Amino acid sequence: MLAAIFKRLLRMVVVMFGISVITFLIFFATPSSDPAARIAGRNAAQETIEAVRKDFGLDRPLYVQYGLMMQRLFISQDLTSFANRGQKIVPTVMAAAPATLSLVAGAAVLWMLGGVVAGITAAAFRGRWPDKILMGISMMAVAMPVFWVGEMVNLVTQNRLHDTWAFSWVPALGYTPFSEDPGLWFRSMVFPWLTLAFLYIGLYGRMLRTGIIETYQEDYIRTARAKGLTGRKVLLKHATRSAIIPIVIMFGMDFGVLVGGAAVLTEVVFGINGVGRLTYQALKVLDLPMILATVLYASFFVVVANAVVDLLCLLIDPRMRRA
Amino acid sequence: MTTGSDKTDLSPALAAGVSVSARRGPWKRVFQGLVASPTAMISAGLLLLIVVATLLAPVYAKHVSGTDPFRSGLSARIKIDGKPTPVMQQSTEGLGLGVTPIGPTWGAQYILGADGQGRDVAARMLYGGQNSLLIASAATLICLFFAAVIGITAGYAGGPVDSVLSNLIDMIWAFPVYLLAISLSIVMIGKSYSFGPFEISSGSLIVPILIIGLVYVPYVARPIRGRVMAINNSEFVMAARGLGIRRWKILFRHILPNVSTTLIVFAPMLMALNIVTESSLSFLSVGVQPPNASWGTILQDGQTLLYSRPWVSLAPGLAIMVTVLLLNLFGDVLRDVLDPKSARGR
Repeated sequence: MLAAIFKRLLRMVVVMFGISVITFLIFFATPSSDPAARIAGRNAAQETIEAVRKDFGLDRPLYVQYGLMMQRLFISQDLTSFANRGQKIVPTVMAAAPATLSLVAGAAVLWMLGGVVAGITAAAFRGRWPDKILMGISMMAVAMPVFWVGEMVNLVTQNRLHDTWAFSWVPALGYTPFSEDPGLWFRSMVFPWLTLAFLYIGLYGRMLRTGIIETYQEDYIRTARAKGLTGRKVLLKHATRSAIIPIVIMFGMDFGVLVGGAAVLTEVVFGINGVGRLTYQALKVLDLPMILATVLYASFFVVVANAVVDLLCLLIDPRMRRA
Repeated sequence: MTTGSDKTDLSPALAAGVSVSARRGPWKRVFQGLVASPTAMISAGLLLLIVVATLLAPVYAKHVSGTDPFRSGLSARIKIDGKPTPVMQQSTEGLGLGVTPIGPTWGAQYILGADGQGRDVAARMLYGGQNSLLIASAATLICLFFAAVIGITAGYAGGPVDSVLSNLIDMIWAFPVYLLAISLSIVMIGKSYSFGPFEISSGSLIVPILIIGLVYVPYVARPIRGRVMAINNSEFVMAARGLGIRRWKILFRHILPNVSTTLIVFAPMLMALNIVTESSLSFLSVGVQPPNASWGTILQDGQTLLYSRPWVSLAPGLAIMVTVLLLNLFGDVLRDVLDPKSARGR
């Protein structure tokens, strides 16, 4: 067991190293991307580009540039932005993290609750109208782009019905830290939470329903029924319990990706200055140090989530320990 | 009819007392399964309708809306109730500065209104639909092709080849899809490339197609690899090997036909995913580049007009939702028909 954990941790480090190299290569070594020309701006003179190249150290060999950037990112932590040279990278990312975490954590609670309730209800009423309605809604949720749902929510809550009793409590778009005003923080996050959670409730509800229905075919369910257990007990204690394992795995992965910045579309639509939006803005101006830092930050959560999920599986399912 | 597919046919055939279906061939059976399902037929019919409608875009632009959806019509005027009305109307809010594009007229011209540049949204919807569907389907083919090559190579070769490819897949997997797509787009979009005789212009659709096609490769390659390994260890392949049949022949006669069903199951869902991805990238202005239209670029045009002219955003969003919904409905039936085991729970 300990050896398995150690191996998993080692693999994590290797994967993160690989990701840092891929990101670096995408932006520094793609034939068409000349970072110096990007920084110098449109129609810059050749001399200006050369000066920028030298100033930013972009004339050095690639592996030296990579090494220097990693050293300044992780060890001295004084890496500064290319777009705004007074801005330090590490504190900027850390300042954006709480907004993303508030968004994703709140949404995660909603979508786990919603997904589990929807999945179990649909499975219990399989083929009847509650099942059909729930699965219809979940198919719609999966089919709509999340930013479009956000726009429609904004259209209703910020504009068309904002002045009615129903939505007058919704504050203007933007993020207020919890420490500043917990009430405002909550009110401003309600609709971003619901928007982000909607898609995942659809996904998880469908998956759990299919899982429970498949488990119903297993022998041990038949045994439980034969022993005279009530339908509700079989559904909740036997079928759901084993069907929920893939959901937990998926939850770990999705949570990691979203905390890392994959919630960028939700953040952009609701004006939340989180990590996703930071990454997007850095990408738009090709602010390479910022991009490297945010992508590494994101992949860190993905890799950690991956490892946690793997270890959880080892704990839950002894059969996997042999593999 | 291959020996490989015989095996999957055998168990239901035995249960039904060697029915006719086992002799009819798997593809015909799949086709009949689809025809027998009203859901599959209705969704396929509606999808076909959407495709035909988008293909008729030039006809619509010429004979119905009568405007060029790719030229800005800031000074255009149209007749409403016999009165000439400017497409870009003087704003009545605030200081009365600036202009607002005309809203839905519910007539032939500007039925859904105009966008920020005075272009007919309905005509752009049809042209944009062409591009959205083209990008989504081309990206699907690219993704399936590369996923099949990588997955089959890794699963069939095993050993060091497998471990290199699997680790590469895992590494790209750990990259959040949207961040990878946005990164690639920012580096690649808006430039022209030339590969020998091939020239890719800066606004070409090939760039978003490639990006969207490639980012989902790991998600398909991984299950393909698993499937190949499972087939490779199954009794009929072992038997074939025991009979001394060569590796290549086993690959083409037994492994490929069995993997192809997995690939086909992925196709409609991947296409649905690609439509959403295209719209997301274009919404962030790193997808389809102007003057080309797509449902995503119209959504982006509509972003600033959201409160004043919501139809510019509503229409493409609804189009995406309906198309994706139909693709998923069709894909569900297709999966059940191709893989009867997954259908037993339904």
